[in-house]
Amino acid sequence: MSALFEVRNLRKSFGGLVVTNDVSLAMAPGDRVALIGPNGAGKTTFVNLVAGNLRPDSGHVFLGGEDVTRLKAAKRVRRGLIRSFQVTRLFQDMTPEEHVALAILQRERQAGKMFGHYSGKPEVMDEVRKILDRLGLIELSHLKVREIAYGQQRLLEIALAMALRPRMLLLDEPAAGVPQSETTRIEQALNSLPPDLAVLMIDHDMDLVFRFARRVVVLAAGTVIFDGSPKDVTQDQRVREAYLGNYANAGSTA
Amino acid sequence: MTVASTDHSSAANLSIARRLADGGLIGALAIVVIGAIGYYLFPNNLALLTRMTAIALLVLSLDLVTGYCGVATLGHAALFGAGAYGAGIAAAHFGISEPLTMTLVGALTGSAAGLVSGVVILRAHGLAQLVLSIAVIHLFHEAANKASAWTGGSDGLSGIMPEAVFGLFEFDLWGQTAYIYGLVLLTVVFVALRILVRSPFGMLARGVREDRIRITAMGASVNSVLLRMYVISGAVAGIGGALSAISTQVVGLDSLSFTLSAEALVMLVLGGTGSLYGAMIGTMVFMWFEDTLSAINPFHWLTIIGALLVAVVLFAPKGLYGSTAGFVSRLRRGRG
Ligand SMILES: Nc1ncnc2c1ncn2[C@@H]1O[C@H](COP(=O)(O)OP(=O)(O)OP(=O)(O)O)[C@@H](O)[C@H]1O
Ligand SMILES: [Mg+2]
Repeated sequence: MSALFEVRNLRKSFGGLVVTNDVSLAMAPGDRVALIGPNGAGKTTFVNLVAGNLRPDSGHVFLGGEDVTRLKAAKRVRRGLIRSFQVTRLFQDMTPEEHVALAILQRERQAGKMFGHYSGKPEVMDEVRKILDRLGLIELSHLKVREIAYGQQRLLEIALAMALRPRMLLLDEPAAGVPQSETTRIEQALNSLPPDLAVLMIDHDMDLVFRFARRVVVLAAGTVIFDGSPKDVTQDQRVREAYLGNYANAGSTA
Repeated sequence: MTVASTDHSSAANLSIARRLADGGLIGALAIVVIGAIGYYLFPNNLALLTRMTAIALLVLSLDLVTGYCGVATLGHAALFGAGAYGAGIAAAHFGISEPLTMTLVGALTGSAAGLVSGVVILRAHGLAQLVLSIAVIHLFHEAANKASAWTGGSDGLSGIMPEAVFGLFEFDLWGQTAYIYGLVLLTVVFVALRILVRSPFGMLARGVREDRIRITAMGASVNSVLLRMYVISGAVAGIGGALSAISTQVVGLDSLSFTLSAEALVMLVLGGTGSLYGAMIGTMVFMWFEDTLSAINPFHWLTIIGALLVAVVLFAPKGLYGSTAGFVSRLRRGRG
């Protein structure tokens, strides 16, 4: 059986620094995997390689059995491989409504149309409202992104990913930069993702990771040093060493 | 019941009104009104006003790639010149002197030039892109210069005798027909561009300017957006070039020059990038200054334009239109 998503022997170095070192990973529909690791471990680089924002030195990325390693990022997106960004990438002068509408139109291959306006398409507007409503952004539909709080911008990142109807979703620290007290909404959004979607989430908040994931992959210095269940990860000697005790006890307090 | 239905229909009327306004009705009206004022105020200067109209088309075209998509270029006159030579050569060498057909030929040759420059310029980014665009305009210029059998070289292309518009309106010595023809072209193009920039494609273009990686992460191809915009931009500039050929009945190498490219960029920055109004206002102000000041003092008008540009960049960085619009909306919000 071929996995929905698979990475084989992925390798990338910047100059002499090996940032992704022979990483392999497979996921099935519905999987919830957390990718953790210390700062600079190569997590974002891994997402960049998978999404096509960076070219690997060697190795392969498969989606639905198809080798997508040579495909450009946009083509991978059209096949359902969607990512979010550790630092939000949004259009400052556009509204949440425009963002989500554009994502939907692009998904439906209608974003190239040179006349008309999305607000004239009831089916697009319905979906826009549904998505914004689900994420609690409906009241902000018509504000410009630069006028809304960062936590809400993070939610809009997730809204965009959802509007693209992913099969495989890579979330790079979806709560980064948001105070812990305000992450509830983001966690709700994560919990409301479609059940058959495969999600790989990077996060530093171990409590969140343990609630979200049924499988944890630990990356240290570009190498996968652990791949297993959340309850084993804190017991693992190599993981403890990698974090130098930073997170080693987080599991027991959760 | 009656109340409800009146409510409904007035709401519908309102939204139709808003749609017309968004669709550029106000702008189109403004062009017609300002055009009419110009016609009655400066009846002896219609040639200048027609040239303003042609250049406004060039600056609008530049705004599409620079203002909306964020591509830096100092070679945009290539598209304008291609349109001018296309229409001119069609008339002078192939006897195609029907003005609408000439305009169409200009739009097509402009698009072709847009495609070619787009393919070259979009290979690079930032400074390299700017340098490539300068190379492109020089290559176009040299090509037109060398192909003198077709273009008249440095003597310019003459022998362009446009027929009457619809067989009814002769191009007269005072330039009335040319002026009105240009104004109609500008109005039509403006409305079309209003529709374009509001469309999903227009949103994609703005997205490309703001964050290419996000656009890619939505599954759109940045280069395809840019290239399509370049072709459209070429059609618009080409129409401007054709208008210039039709109204002056000559095409010179200056229509394909680095100077014109740079001036177009100055006009755009002056008026404000990323808005169709800004492009047109910048053109009007620049060319009006050029005309009046160069009459008063032919040596120093560029100094004054330079000073004006410095002032705009420092104190109104979004250009005359962009900064005024921003100021007005802040005032309104402050009150509301
Ligand atoms: N484009 C690049 N050129 C050179 N080095 C890079 C580049 N991108 C990342 N690196 C380096 O690669 C290493 C891994 O970076 P990466 O951003 O993937 O880490 P990360 O695990 O996401 O860290 P964090 O938890 O801080 O987000 C770092 O040492 C970083 O400095
Ligand atoms: Mg990272």
